[in-house]
Amino acid sequence: MLAHILQNLPQVLIDGLTLGVVYAVVAIGYTMVYGILELINFAHGDVFMTGAFMGAVVLFIMMGLGFLSAMPALIVFLIVIVIAAIATGLLGVGIERVAYRPLRRKNAPKLIALITSIGISFVLEDAVRFIAELKTGNYIVTAPSMFNHKFNIDIHHVIPYFNNATFQGSFLVVLIVTIVMLVSLDLFVNKTKWGMAMRAVAQDRDTASLMTINVNRVISVTFFIGSALGGATGVLFMIQYGTIDPYIGFILGIKAFTAAVLGGIGNIRGAMFGGVMLGLLEMFAAANLSIITHGAMGAEYKDVFAFIILILVLIFKPEGLFGKAVVEKV
Amino acid sequence: MNFRKIIPLLAAVVLLLGVIGGCSSKSGGSNGKTVIEIGSQSPLSGGSATLGDAIRLGAELAIDDQQAAFAKKGFTIKLKDLDDQGDPKKGVANAQILASDKNVLALVGHLNSGVAIPSSEVYEKNNLAMVSPATTATVVTDRGLKTVNRICARDDFQGPAGANYAVKTLKAKKIFIIQDKTAYGSGLAEQFRDQAKKLGADIVGYEGITVGEKDFNGVISQAMTKKPDLIYFGGVYAEGGLIIKQARQKGFTGPIMGGDGLDSSSTVQIAGDAVKGVYLTSVAGDVSKTEKGQAFAKKYKEKFGKNVESYSAYGYDAAGVILKGLMNAINDNDGKKPSREQVMKAIRAVQDYDGVTTKVSFDNKGDNKFAKVYIYNFEQAKYPPVQKAEISQ
Repeated sequence: MLAHILQNLPQVLIDGLTLGVVYAVVAIGYTMVYGILELINFAHGDVFMTGAFMGAVVLFIMMGLGFLSAMPALIVFLIVIVIAAIATGLLGVGIERVAYRPLRRKNAPKLIALITSIGISFVLEDAVRFIAELKTGNYIVTAPSMFNHKFNIDIHHVIPYFNNATFQGSFLVVLIVTIVMLVSLDLFVNKTKWGMAMRAVAQDRDTASLMTINVNRVISVTFFIGSALGGATGVLFMIQYGTIDPYIGFILGIKAFTAAVLGGIGNIRGAMFGGVMLGLLEMFAAANLSIITHGAMGAEYKDVFAFIILILVLIFKPEGLFGKAVVEKV
Repeated sequence: MNFRKIIPLLAAVVLLLGVIGGCSSKSGGSNGKTVIEIGSQSPLSGGSATLGDAIRLGAELAIDDQQAAFAKKGFTIKLKDLDDQGDPKKGVANAQILASDKNVLALVGHLNSGVAIPSSEVYEKNNLAMVSPATTATVVTDRGLKTVNRICARDDFQGPAGANYAVKTLKAKKIFIIQDKTAYGSGLAEQFRDQAKKLGADIVGYEGITVGEKDFNGVISQAMTKKPDLIYFGGVYAEGGLIIKQARQKGFTGPIMGGDGLDSSSTVQIAGDAVKGVYLTSVAGDVSKTEKGQAFAKKYKEKFGKNVESYSAYGYDAAGVILKGLMNAINDNDGKKPSREQVMKAIRAVQDYDGVTTKVSFDNKGDNKFAKVYIYNFEQAKYPPVQKAEISQ
């Protein structure tokens, strides 16, 4: 039994890491907004989905103009991800402007904002679905495959307990881009003036505004960054899995939210850690659950397994893994 | 001052107008003839819209073709097409709409067994005959409802036929099975598993996945360690296409097999080149094999500007059977508009109907005696796949 699990491990780690970093970046969107507004922005999963579709649109336009064959794939990809990120960032700011700010100005209860975010989530799903299926009646969009060079890690020769692992070029792209995003966000929040303003607003909105911080603008910036990161991750998701539909944001959003809670909601590093951990756990369970339980529980219980771990963590550490270690909320 | 308050209001108004604009209503004159409506229910939006739309368009073409014959008798046939979204709740709600419309005398319906089963309870209460082009689950007709008919084969025929082919022709000894936990997917996978076991194949894994997810690497890694000769997937193309793609990425080179849920051009779109070497069983025959079928495909392309899907011809034949039953019922009723009950009986009584893709004779449960299962193989990354075998009951 143990031999089986060991054999699989390198492959499981690679696949789990891919899924985990995607969760991590989306989780950051939840955790940043929560940190600053104490609002669980359920629309964030669908902002991620919209980003994937915007990326697909840009990619198809560039393909139509012949850029894909004329330019190296990496440059095309960078253009796509930047345009999609900016567009989704603006979408996030727009959502905050139209849906949340009026509520905040009227001092509406937090529950109202929460319900509003669920409403926004439905609007985004159906708007994207409507546009996507306008032409063909089929809303599953398949992107042209990029970075599909196959790599083989010959780990079996080095450590004979392990089987060889394979991955695609897109895995490297996803991993590198998300790590760059995570590190630069961390630097932004901790080292820049805007980051300091965000931390100040998160700690105490009223006092921050007395210190001449324009609270509304800080909130807009937060939404822009969170949504832009989500949108960029949507593009990565599209590159990695090749197929997107308007409902990918729902399940993934819930899992990313869970990752944010696991890491201690409001804490950015916690969200990163929680996302990667959730991805690894899920992939591990999918690959090994039936081996561990001798077929009593199949791979379909992977989510149950991951969530049991979550519940266990929350029983012993209700504030999440990183909830107390860092005092600041953003 | 109030400008800022107006922005969200404006946004809401624009959205509402968009929604209203999207639901333009259809209307048409009946020029003095008695109107009879044929319902149609299939997913026109959602993950299996490609298949659902094919059924609707097939039915529409059949009605167009026979409009003249009914016009002579003083009737106009109209199609009342509803979108069941592949959702049982929506299917039942639509069933109520059809049942309450007195002009609807029968319906072409349902792609998904899971939707057909609860909806048919409503049809049964209202004596509204249903002819399904595509629902394969055994329980659809096994309940013995007098309104429920289908022209395609059953899962307890499709699954075993696939297993026979996998074990005997493809010589698979170790088989890994993945299913999507729906009534359709797990039903088919179980039928496949039982027959494959009987034939002496070793089932090295039987795992489930969640519909709507995109990452199946975990399950596939597990499959890869078991080194199977063949992977079988019970489910629909949205997940199937990705499983094919991700298995090939992990270096699986053997055959992958699935049921009629993979029988769609979208499978090729999603899986891309990886689709080569995929086998599937389908209850739908290849229309391009016969002259009649080619003529149908041409007419379909001319009218709708789309290529035929697997179920286009089945939608056409299901509507054809209904229209034949309806015509018989009108003749028996001295040329007057028949009741639902008369139509229901006339449809069940249809024998040796010769459609574009299948002959139809219903048995006493509403199953088609002439239903066949076909085995296809994607030799190239294009749709349709190549027909390998044709299996009769």
